[in-house]
Parts: sequence; C-alpha cells; structure tokens
Amino acid sequence: MKITLKLFATFRNGRFKIAEQELAEGTDVRQVVLSLGLTEEEIGIVMLNGRHGELDSTLSHGDTLSLFPLVGGG
Amino acid sequence: MDKIFRVNMTDLTTKIEEVPAAWAGLGGRGLTSTIVAAEVPPTCHALSAQNVLCFAPGLLTGTAAANSGRLSAGAKSPLTGGIKESNAGGTAAQMLAKLGIKALIIEGAPKDGTWYNLAVGVNGVTISEEKELLGLGNFAVIDAVEARLGKKTGVLTIGPAGELKMTAANISVKDPDSKIRSHGRGGLGAVMGSKQIKFISIDGEGAPGVKIADPEKFKAAAKAFSKAVLEHPVSGEGLPTYGTNVLVNILNEAGGLPTRNFTTGQFEGHDKISGETMHDTIVARGGKPKHGCHAGCIIQCSQVYNDKDGKYVTSGFEYETIWGLGADCCIDNLDDIARADNLMDDIGIDSIETAVMFGVAMEAGILNWGDSKEMLRLLTDEIGKGTALGRILGGGAGSVGRTYGVTRVPVVKNQGIPAYDPRSVKGIGITYATSTMGADHTSGYTIATNILNVGGYVDPLKKDGQVELSRNLQIATAAVDSTGMCIFVAFPALDIPECLPALIDMINARFGIALTGDDVTNLGKHILKLERDFNQKAGLTNVHDRLPDFFKTEPVAPHNAVWDFTDAEIDEFWNF
Repeated sequence: MKITLKLFATFRNGRFKIAEQELAEGTDVRQVVLSLGLTEEEIGIVMLNGRHGELDSTLSHGDTLSLFPLVGGG
Repeated sequence: MDKIFRVNMTDLTTKIEEVPAAWAGLGGRGLTSTIVAAEVPPTCHALSAQNVLCFAPGLLTGTAAANSGRLSAGAKSPLTGGIKESNAGGTAAQMLAKLGIKALIIEGAPKDGTWYNLAVGVNGVTISEEKELLGLGNFAVIDAVEARLGKKTGVLTIGPAGELKMTAANISVKDPDSKIRSHGRGGLGAVMGSKQIKFISIDGEGAPGVKIADPEKFKAAAKAFSKAVLEHPVSGEGLPTYGTNVLVNILNEAGGLPTRNFTTGQFEGHDKISGETMHDTIVARGGKPKHGCHAGCIIQCSQVYNDKDGKYVTSGFEYETIWGLGADCCIDNLDDIARADNLMDDIGIDSIETAVMFGVAMEAGILNWGDSKEMLRLLTDEIGKGTALGRILGGGAGSVGRTYGVTRVPVVKNQGIPAYDPRSVKGIGITYATSTMGADHTSGYTIATNILNVGGYVDPLKKDGQVELSRNLQIATAAVDSTGMCIFVAFPALDIPECLPALIDMINARFGIALTGDDVTNLGKHILKLERDFNQKAGLTNVHDRLPDFFKTEPVAPHNAVWDFTDAEIDEFWNF
C-alpha cells in the first residue's frame, strides 16, 4: 500500500518534507517512526488524515501521515 | 516601597500615592482590571475623559525571574465596549518595576486639542506639551525620544492610528533593540490618543530596584523555574527555533487554519509562509532566528527578519499576523507579509485585528484576495493617513463588515477572531465566546491541549471537555497575566510538575508571603469574575458570549465541522 508521509520542524533535518512511501499491509505509525531513525519519545504529534493519531494506529492505503516533534506557539 | 503614579490630563496634575492595602497583592492584569473596575464608569464612552488608562508591571517584573518582563495595560476598550487588559514585552515593564511604580494611572482628558508627552522618573511624572512628533510613526518617535533623552530611555508610544483614535490602534513599547512590541488588542492606542498623549518616556536613573524578601529562596525557585522552561520541548527548543509561526503547518494539517476569511480550514500556500520556511529564510539572509522581547527572556521566540538584501524588515513576526495576512487573506508572499508587519508597527495598529479586517475587506471587494501590493498601499496611504476609507479599515473587522454589508464577520464582542478555526478546534471557540476580552486566543489557549498534546489531550473536533478545559486555562491565564510572566511559561507549567510550584515560590520569596496553588487559582477566578462584572455593567451579557452565526451554518473543510454548542452549554463556563 502507498501512503503520503509528511515531516515537520526538526524532523525535516537530513530527511524530507513530503514523500510517498510503499508499506506492507498492517504497518503501524510506530514502525514508520522507527524506520526514519526517530524514537517514540521524540514524537510530539501524530496526525493521520488531519486527525490526531497514535503510535499504534494502523495505516491504510491512501493515508496521509504527518509527524511533528512537540512544538507550540500562539 | 511601591507607589501609584497618577496623572490627571484634565487639569494636568500629577500625584504619587500610597498603594491601597487592597491592591498590595496585585500586579499586571489583576491590578489593571481592579483599577478599571474601581475607577471607570462601565457605561462611559471609552474615548471620553471618564475612561482611565493604566499600566502595571507584574508581580515578578523587575526581578531576575526568567520571562517576567511583561507590562499590562488596561482600560475600557473602545473596540469591545468591555474591560481590556493587553500585555506586552519590551523594556518599559522592568523599568517601571525598578522605579517602584506599582501602577501608572492616567485619567481625564485635555479640554482643548493640545497634545502632550509624559516623562516618568524616580521623582514622579512630568507633563509637557508635544508638537514636534505629532503625526509621526512609532519608529521615528522612538528614534526622536532616544535623541532627546538618551538611548536607555524607555518609550510607550502611539502612531497615527492612535492619534486618530482608530479602534484597532495599539500602544507600542520600545524593545531592547529600539524596535517595537505592542499592547496590541482592544484599541488601547485610541484610549491613549483620547488623552492626547503621544508618548510616555521612562527614565530609569536612580531606580531603587526590586527588593526580594527572601533572596536565597528566590534564587532556588528561579533556578528550578528556568530549568523547567528550558527543559520543555516547546519553550526550550521549538519556540526558539521556529518562533510562534511553527503553528502554520500544524493547524493546516489539523484543518484548523482559517483561510479566505474563515471559509475553509486549509491554505494551499501554507508551506511558503510556514515557520520552517521562515526559519530557513531568516538564516539564509543573515537575520536572527532567536530574539527576546525583553531582558531575561530565555525562550526567545521572537526573531529579526531581513529582506533578500539582508536589510531589516521586521521583528516580533508572529504566527497570528502571518496566518491572518497569509491564509486568511490568501497571501503566500512572506516578504510582503513582513513589510505589512513593519507598517502596522509603525502606524500603531493591532496586527491581528488588521489582518482579520483585511479578510473581511477582501470579502467586501475593497481589494482582491491575495493582493498584497494593494494591502500595503491601503496600510500606507489610507490607514496611515487617516482617509475616510482608512478610518473604516482602522476600525477593525466589525467596522468594515458593518460599513460594507458583509455577513461573514469573524468577531466576538466586536474583536477579530484570531488564527484557529473554532469549528475544528472547539475548545478555543469556548475561549473566544466567553473571554472577558472579546475573541482572544491568549486568554485560554486550548490549542495546547486540543492540538499540541501539551497538558494532556482533548479531541478538538468533539464538544466533550472543552468548556472545562477553557475554564481551567482562563483561570490560570488570568493569574499568570498578573505575574508579569510570558504566557508561554504555560507550556512547561502544564507538563512539568516542578514548574508551577517554582513560580509560586518566587512570588512568595519576593513578597515574604505564603501563597498556595489554591490561592493562585482563586486569584484567577476573582479576576475573571471582576472583569465579567464590569462587562455586565457595561451592557455585555451572556448573549454577547456567542460566536457569529456563520460558524453554525457553514461547515468548514476538511472535517466539515460546525460550531454546535448550545447557548446553555456555553453559559456553563461561568459556573465556578
């Protein structure tokens, strides 16, 4: 299956902004995070199709997964 | 000992008064709101002599506590018709606190058209007629005051918008680089203009400084507090790197980035105006990605933004300004938004109100969507010069909506709704609706918990828990706004258990008292109720605690969310 993976803030350093990824069925967010060389602790916000997701969330074909470190502003 | 410095602009007299016992434990917002509630007739015209403009440093301002350099300004707001507190960084708060000035209260108004400046120093306030600087922008005023009185002089000033009493006018505060921070919201610049005061200079010479009752205890608490601020990923890393503008991409992903005057929740040009792009642009052009708005700021979310030739354009370039001119007006040119930010600082007009206003102005057909060049012209030639159109625009979003018959006008209590769509981030909708200040994201920043996973998580698209979340944050914020602390200390305070006790310990060590966490919560509750009582006496009832109808009837993409709180559910907010 294919998903769109978006990275933000410091996660882009040495990586990319946006990429299509070919993943095995049943892959979860945690596996994607680890494959990027990131740790679970570094993940601040997981957005899956514009809604908050979890590390345990299972991905489906056509999903957009966005990963952010813990950031804020206002 | 701290004193009250009082200025009467009707008879041009000044006084130094003892601090009333009831005000002794108050600072910042707690004090300005108490003064306004005690001294301003709630139904008065905000631009009449009956209104009072007051400034108060926070309880910890002037000490070595990190991030404690905020100044509160208070008055009845000409924009909302209710009570207003607006706080800002810059150099004035610490100077006033070190001079032993608990509050500066300006009452009355000259009966003729004469303009004045005020000079504040250790011996009191001097009122002088001002002719030379009238009509000038804020940057020129700061330069001229420094040339007259020296580089170290603190400055509070209004630009042409304040002189013309536009209801979106702000009060500018000189920052450590002689640039500008602003008491942005609610039209306080118009109140200063109505008192015919162009600028206030502050001379810190001979200031006695702030006495700490228990220096050892203070030092230990200040250290624990700084550690927590620097440890938290938001205040310690995210904000200093990307500034507040890191939010553009997150809100866009979450579908809560109000776009095209709040018609949709995502902006195609988001990446061009994002914090990530802004950071890279600043670094490439030799600007400063990190910058503090006041001495002792360890978060450094401000920045210096240069043009492509490496020349200064603006600083203190905030998410809300960039969102408003960017997504809400469909402008994807960060350089033009930066120029507009600089112009708004110079003219002395709130960059949130003005950005929301331009969205309504585009809806009205005054200029085309995304037309940044015409926006710059309107700022310079119409608002800056006070033409008839400029005065309509300078009255803010509500003013333009009323004049041009626009129905999609995002305001609460006539104040423009900032950078988070209340349909897809429902907690902030409760804050916009119920805040005593009119629509104001800073009065109860539920984005932390709805979007950023700070202080737990409450689903932004559901109603559950939002009223309680907004209530708790508004109570805490009213208390934090009284300390002189930057509101961003809320990020570590929500997540790191040592942070809030350290803040309370600092207050206790400063004054030799023994406040508990409950006392601080009660202070926050007391302030909110006092402010609401003023508003009710001014004619603002629970009927004004509502969002505009279009949020109920127009679903916002991508989640097709609507504002679905009943009136009774919103009114639950005040049950405390």
